[in-house]
Amino acid sequence: MLSVPVANSDDLTRATEVASAVEVRGVSFRYSEREALTAVNFAVERGEIFGLLGPNGGGKTTLFRLLATLLPLQQGEVRLLGCDVASQAQAVRRRIGVTFQSPSIDGKLTVGENLRHQAHLYGLLGREASRRIDDLVGQLGLADRVSQLAGSLSGGLKRRVEIAKSLLHRPGLLLLDEPSTGLDPGARHDLWAYLTRLRVERQVTILVTTHLMDEAERCDRLGILDRGRLVALGTPDELRQSVGGDCLTIQAGDPDELWQQIASRFGVTARRVGEALRIEREAGHELLRDLVAAFPSEITAISLAKPTLEDVFIARTGHRFWDAEAEVGS
Amino acid sequence: MSGNRTMEEAGSRTGLDLTRPSPQPLSPEGRGTFEAGDDEAVSPGLWLPVYTLALRELVRFFRQRTRVVGALGQPIIFWVLFGAGLHGSFRGPGGMSYQEYFFPGVAVMIVMFTAIYSTISIIEDRRDGFLQGVLVAPIPRVSLVLGKVCGGTILAVLQAVVFLAVGPLLSLVGLAPPLETGLTWQNAVAVIGFLALIGFSLTALGYLIAWPMDSTHGFHAIMSVFLMPMWLLSGSFFPAGDSGWLSWVIRLNPLTYGVAGLRRIMTTDAAAVAGLPSLSVCLSVTILAAMAYMTIAIWMTNRPAVHNAR
Repeated sequence: MLSVPVANSDDLTRATEVASAVEVRGVSFRYSEREALTAVNFAVERGEIFGLLGPNGGGKTTLFRLLATLLPLQQGEVRLLGCDVASQAQAVRRRIGVTFQSPSIDGKLTVGENLRHQAHLYGLLGREASRRIDDLVGQLGLADRVSQLAGSLSGGLKRRVEIAKSLLHRPGLLLLDEPSTGLDPGARHDLWAYLTRLRVERQVTILVTTHLMDEAERCDRLGILDRGRLVALGTPDELRQSVGGDCLTIQAGDPDELWQQIASRFGVTARRVGEALRIEREAGHELLRDLVAAFPSEITAISLAKPTLEDVFIARTGHRFWDAEAEVGS
Repeated sequence: MSGNRTMEEAGSRTGLDLTRPSPQPLSPEGRGTFEAGDDEAVSPGLWLPVYTLALRELVRFFRQRTRVVGALGQPIIFWVLFGAGLHGSFRGPGGMSYQEYFFPGVAVMIVMFTAIYSTISIIEDRRDGFLQGVLVAPIPRVSLVLGKVCGGTILAVLQAVVFLAVGPLLSLVGLAPPLETGLTWQNAVAVIGFLALIGFSLTALGYLIAWPMDSTHGFHAIMSVFLMPMWLLSGSFFPAGDSGWLSWVIRLNPLTYGVAGLRRIMTTDAAAVAGLPSLSVCLSVTILAAMAYMTIAIWMTNRPAVHNAR
């Protein structure tokens, strides 16, 4: 219907650059003694809500700081909205909005003053700045808080001010680090409703880091980070389907003994996860019936469920989400 | 430096075209004149961020009453008490009383306390998270340094001027003897200008001490073992004299030239400043010190570092 001009190679380069909001290629990062990221690759398309899911200490905050231009890139390449983070840092900074886990607002200033200073830092002055501030405080339900000291606000309201700050200069890409930290379920719901609206109405690409499964479920696509490696990438549905039909979780008085018996009688290799056994397979309900019939006294509890993102994490890493956090913490 | 910036600007302008998305419909609510990546993204330039960051320092300072009282009250108490205590045993150059000798010294002390304590806010900003928001803003890092330093300088000069105006009045209530401060309407502008120069230099010094620090405890330690002696050995508190190592330390202290310059500007009595370095030497040393501190502060701030991400 439309005549499409033949693209020359220059236009193609340009087209690919326009296509991706975030491109991360071969990024590794070391703190002096610890490798925080190992050869991470992924891309986020424009208009997507992309989640970086992982246990605390998994590397997502390091990756976030690299994207936000706070940490110097050591190895690999990061392009945001077509601009190279290492060589065009200022161009990147003008185009991205950053919402930090611990809000970057000044508690000794009012909400309005915080936003006014932020506008100045982005070259916005006078009436234009006022108009944008009015718009954002209206949208975020902060209109009656403008003259209140930011330090006296609740966690949820501080987060809203932080989001307003990061949107003043109308970024094409919004980076949020653990945006739900310290929010009650109601505030978390509001936050996600707003992010979804931003995406739909304003085509803002959104990248969030999170360690919460239910938050990850709301993303269009997910990257799962564990111990600095990207272990899975896809939509939440794709990831769940990759695990296989059903998940059986079995509790037993002697899990090692039961593991051997299941292997010898059913030819099924269960996965030992903590004190429980896990089996992922199609038609799990039949196996469940057979197992219960075969080991009525050995099994103390058994459950059957569709795979969750946590199951994806276990399947890809061989350990539980919370164990990973505990390990890093110790 | 400005050359670098221009190059970066140029680079980003190319990026701007590449990233311009196809036009998107406005939000149905109408208020959303917002388009993602509409890239009117203007550069804030150098001075707008300086202005806004300096203004923030002032507003924060005056909202914390205790800081106002601390920065002004302590030096005044020093002046009154030391003045009263040492009054009898001090024979100043040109026959001035101790209160008169100590007067410019206290002004410098006020500048020093206010200037340097104002830079503690860098450590607080880092701890409270405000700094990371500034670091991801598209401002030249020089603006961050200048914003802090100008804010601290203005605060320091304001406080010192209050002292210079109020100090002599203390003699009216008997807390000080009648004194000849040397301050006149004619030299007021020069005095304020020179105080600003000292303030700028000391704030820059405070900045480069505070920038790498993660806690205010460390800053207080440096304050007492390094900065306080720096003031004590600047000719503010007692004259250099010509007694061995101490006079050498005083001569090597850049702040000595700040205090001496202030004395030279304030006094009309040549005998009172005999033996002090000339005004041009004082000015040169103070300006050189300020430039050196600024250069290090800017270099530190420009360095991309793991430290910046908390």
